[in-house]
Amino acid sequence: MLLTISTAYSPATDLGYLLHKHPARIQSFGLAFGQAHVFYPEARTEKCTAALLLDVDAVGLIRRPHGQFAENFALAQYVSDRPYVASSFLSVAIARVFSSALSGKCKERPELAETEIPLKVKLSILPCRGGEKLLRRLFEPLGYTVEAERHALDTRFPDWGESRYFTVTLETTCRLSELLTHLYILMPVLDDEKHYWVGDAEIEKLLKHSNDWLADHPEQESIVRRYLKHQRRLTRQALAQLREEDAQEADETVQAQEEEQVEKWIGLNEIRLATVTEVLKQCGARRVLDLGCGEGKLLRKLLAEKQFEKIVGMDVSHHALRIAQERLNYDRLTEKQKQRLCLFQGSLSYRDKRLVGYDGAAVIEVIEHLDLPRLAAFERGLFEFACPRTVVLTTPNIEYNVKFENLQAGRFRHKDHRFEWTRDEFQSWAVGVAKRFDYTVVFHPIGPEAEDVGSPTQMAVFTRGDREARTT
Amino acid sequence: MIIKIPEPSLILLIGPSGSGKSTFARKHFKPTEVLSSDFCRGLVSDDETDQTATNDAFEVLRFIAAKRLAAGKVTVIDATNVQVEARKPLVALAREYHYLTVAIVFNMPAKLCQERNEVRPDRNFKSHVVRQQSQQLRRSLRGLKREGFRNFLYVMSTPEDVETVQVERQPLWVNRTDEQGPFDIIGDIHGCFDELVELLEELGYEISTQPNGETVVQPSQGRKAIFVGDFVDRGPKVTEVLRLVMGMQKTGAAICVPGNHDVKLVRALRGKNVNPTHGLAESLSQLEQESTEFKTQIAEFLNDLVSHYVLDNGKLVVAHAGMRAELQGRASGRVREFALYGETTGETDDFGLPIRVDWADEYRGPGMVVYGHTPVAEPKWVNRTINIDTGCVFGGKLTALRYPEKELVSVPARQTYYEPTKPLPDEVNELPSVKTQGYDDILDIDDVRGRRVISTRLHHNVTIREENTITALEVISRFAVDPKWLIYLPPTMSPTETTNIPGLLEHPTEGFTYYRKQGVSNVIWEEKHMGSRTVVIVCRDPETAKRRFGVADDTLGICYTRTGRRFFDDATVETELLRQVKAAIDKVNYWEVFSTDWICLDCELMPWSVKAQELLRQQYAPVGTSARVALGEAIASLETTAEQGVDVSHILDDYRQRAEAVTEYVKAYQQYCWQVQSVADLKLAPFHLLATEGAVYFDKNHLWHMETLSKLCQNSEDTLLFATHYGVVDVTDDTSQTEAIRRWEELTEDGGEGIVIKPLDFIVQGKRGLVQPAVKCRGREYLRIIYGPEYTLPQNLERLRSRGLSHKRSLALREFALGVEALERFVRCEPLSHVHECVFGILALESEAVDPRL
Repeated sequence: MLLTISTAYSPATDLGYLLHKHPARIQSFGLAFGQAHVFYPEARTEKCTAALLLDVDAVGLIRRPHGQFAENFALAQYVSDRPYVASSFLSVAIARVFSSALSGKCKERPELAETEIPLKVKLSILPCRGGEKLLRRLFEPLGYTVEAERHALDTRFPDWGESRYFTVTLETTCRLSELLTHLYILMPVLDDEKHYWVGDAEIEKLLKHSNDWLADHPEQESIVRRYLKHQRRLTRQALAQLREEDAQEADETVQAQEEEQVEKWIGLNEIRLATVTEVLKQCGARRVLDLGCGEGKLLRKLLAEKQFEKIVGMDVSHHALRIAQERLNYDRLTEKQKQRLCLFQGSLSYRDKRLVGYDGAAVIEVIEHLDLPRLAAFERGLFEFACPRTVVLTTPNIEYNVKFENLQAGRFRHKDHRFEWTRDEFQSWAVGVAKRFDYTVVFHPIGPEAEDVGSPTQMAVFTRGDREARTT
Repeated sequence: MIIKIPEPSLILLIGPSGSGKSTFARKHFKPTEVLSSDFCRGLVSDDETDQTATNDAFEVLRFIAAKRLAAGKVTVIDATNVQVEARKPLVALAREYHYLTVAIVFNMPAKLCQERNEVRPDRNFKSHVVRQQSQQLRRSLRGLKREGFRNFLYVMSTPEDVETVQVERQPLWVNRTDEQGPFDIIGDIHGCFDELVELLEELGYEISTQPNGETVVQPSQGRKAIFVGDFVDRGPKVTEVLRLVMGMQKTGAAICVPGNHDVKLVRALRGKNVNPTHGLAESLSQLEQESTEFKTQIAEFLNDLVSHYVLDNGKLVVAHAGMRAELQGRASGRVREFALYGETTGETDDFGLPIRVDWADEYRGPGMVVYGHTPVAEPKWVNRTINIDTGCVFGGKLTALRYPEKELVSVPARQTYYEPTKPLPDEVNELPSVKTQGYDDILDIDDVRGRRVISTRLHHNVTIREENTITALEVISRFAVDPKWLIYLPPTMSPTETTNIPGLLEHPTEGFTYYRKQGVSNVIWEEKHMGSRTVVIVCRDPETAKRRFGVADDTLGICYTRTGRRFFDDATVETELLRQVKAAIDKVNYWEVFSTDWICLDCELMPWSVKAQELLRQQYAPVGTSARVALGEAIASLETTAEQGVDVSHILDDYRQRAEAVTEYVKAYQQYCWQVQSVADLKLAPFHLLATEGAVYFDKNHLWHMETLSKLCQNSEDTLLFATHYGVVDVTDDTSQTEAIRRWEELTEDGGEGIVIKPLDFIVQGKRGLVQPAVKCRGREYLRIIYGPEYTLPQNLERLRSRGLSHKRSLALREFALGVEALERFVRCEPLSHVHECVFGILALESEAVDPRL
């Protein structure tokens, strides 16, 4: 990865003083993850260009014992772009190699460090998640002229499309230290990735290097969010500090905003969950199953209703269950509450003894994630073996999709949906199931109904037939 | 005195402290068979005599006892057991597990016990304790029979008794595990004598009538008949049937178990007041003119029949109405009930018949259960159980199951002798009759959840850790194809050991050396295609798919990846691909050659870009582009610097090398990509013929596989099928090896991925167990897309050489063993859950952390 900084300030070679690196020599520095070299391709009085060449030792990175670098960094993929692109590695290298310049110090030319000089930066490869648009929105408000050349993924296969890499030239007149802090912060922001663990210390780093320019930056929020790897708590704190509020207050503000939003527009999901909870309440269920509970949104609602004596959340994703456990504060529940709530991993394609003996089951936005040929196993597992008295089941109504502006025609609402049904399709399936397993079924729309296309979500409520009633 | 111990049984030693129980137990039982209360006291309190620990100790004792009883082991309780309260929970435990109970009483003089205790340093309790225990024992003696020790109660009153007593173990009547067959198991007869005779003849039995009118049956070569009961009632020739069967049993030509009708007849014959319904009246009227002596014989014969039999080392169980796994080989009233009547919910259906609990649907036992009792139109395998009562007396047919061949033989009823209360279940309304899967078309989560131990033929027990089954459950539920199709997953493959040849990580020499060291002299190399591994199952017609695999949709087969995912999102591509494979099979007529109507192939599908599109876009192409630009800019900049007279030559040289490596890398991945518009752009290279109906081909060597499959490829009219290059190598011969190495060099220089080296035989057991079924040897250029573009730079290569293969190899063996096991189970028509556990196991093992570059 190559970063060059040029100036036309006269005498341009003073850049050597500012960077504290001699223009006539090549200097190399050992770093934790590789090596950095500084040299000058051009060192004339009219124009001087300094180059920082970073070698990230990809093989070495991989061979490091576990845990020294953040885990979700592309280490798992051994073929990695990290050695070639501007990223948090380059930020760290700048801080290491140009530490005095970054902090605006210069022993030999202190006044020059305080002087705004014409500067031009070239980044050989800068990954931009968010494309050129974001690149410009980040740098232009800071007074840069931005030039960007986007690279194709593979010229031999043009249909693969564009890569997220740009060769970027930035031009401005400012203090060198300012320029370096901009790069230091914004390169990883554009890359939207960090090679190290991001914690509270990262807020300090952010504020230290951006105090004078981030406060008024129009993209402040996304810069902070991306820099802190989308961690909500950190983002909130950092924004509060930037806006000179205290974090407590900020928390409350955010919550208030959230509440406001809820009052203004109750989301479809909210309506769905409320409806389902109500149906389960109305049918008199005491022991209920939430099959495909995900991160536990419905569970939270069910827990709030004292009618439900036993609540089971099952999901196939162990990860989702862990999140549910956290969100429901499972570890902090009393013994008694813990007995009431039970979470376990399970799959709707298998029959499961643990699901027997409940009188209500919710299967909310789940079946569309099953391959059609596997519905048969789901039907038997739930309606024949677990056979709760009431089953509440919801699924998208594909007819309504035309009402979603952001949804491309012919696409499903979620990438993982294996099918979405029209009202007719859903109802004929549900009626078939009811008939086969001796249930009765009624249908309800959920969400605003539109002419011709119905409601966004469709719900079926199955009630088990009473064997004795049938025989007499 | 001789003490007879039925096996299995629960034996209570009863006697005061010091009466000699432990000494006796040591002498006559294995240490592991004896559970001593003293020992359990020690376990929980570190002090065998600590009486305050008694409750905890007994809890432990009963817990262990329960485990042993569940496992069917002889268990001896060495405790005083002198109080009825102490014996009661143990007797209850025995009941729960359908165990017989044996009481061995040590009714020794209290004085003697006391003397013995005094010389033992750890028994310092007061004399009144032993006295009290002796009194309690004596009070117990009379009631012991009623407590549950009716048949096995032994009382010893002197040390001489104890000294001279002999202990004899005898298997329960139901255990005839050393009888291995072959058998012909025959369904409910109900007086259908003519059909029975015809069936026996059909089975090859010789039937002759003696001058005295007796019918004598001579079984065919070494075989034996087993009758599942219900000889009588409803049908026309009850007497003849009974004569024949009794005769066969007498000569050892047959084994019989009783049916509910037979038992009812006994009661009627013995003058009990029995309602002559369900065909009993017919039996009684037919028997009317027989002599009293004969009737007594019949009653005795039927009455003495044992509830069920466990045969052939537990592999076969025969009972009239079936037998749950936990009741097999046990003796109790409940077991007999179950054998005669099965299990009912207590409710009745619209026809007034009891609603049965479907025990077979839940059956997970190891033994095959053959039964009758409830007439069905066609026998169907359900979880290793089969009901062979095909309702002969109702106008159906009389059926026999040949064991171990699992062949069904039947003869039709000559007429309807008795009108059924309700029609036989109509096939059309039933689920499709699938050979393996029958009713068990739904898997139970308990078949895959938690830590699993799967026993395999090739590689002992394979353990799957819980953390891996958690991952696999999600993968298989969310992404895999219908488990009914998943009869095999290919194992992972280890590379050769790392070579020391400069510039290379892998070289065929190491592969040859590996097999030579394992004692394999002939290996085969096969070209390794850079595509995606795929398992292809193709059926002769969609009906076969439905019947054999139990799938509901109208497909000809399936293509799935090595992680069990459907290969093509686009169903039309899959359909066309399967059609072409089928056309090729039609052409060489492998349907007849292998007498099958489905074939399972192990293949590589090219190009790689079909399946790896996402990976190429997200990973490979970006790295290529960024590297090319970044290194180019760096080199330009360094060159300018060099022109200034600054010495950057060492860095510049390095960068030029790196840029070259990157160019090679881009070339490497580009080779495996081409545009795919239709099936015409695909290549499918089959290299293993895995299985067909009733057969796997792991006993054939790889030459056979390659030849059989290249014949298939060469005769195909479409361009899809692609024969793989291969060659046989003698690893003890240098010339032979050199030639193979030359081919590897050629292939990899052209950008080929490399070769796979396999022992010529599919499965090789070496001195230290299973040998790797294959090792891969990848080319230098190909490895760039695994180890990164610049892996060939000396500073990188040296570091990469240290790589550990042992985990990968152990994983490869475990997965291989499971894959073979899965297919073998499938072709043996084992239940879906048995096949699924192996495939699930492979997927679970795949989530074990192993260096993905290997």
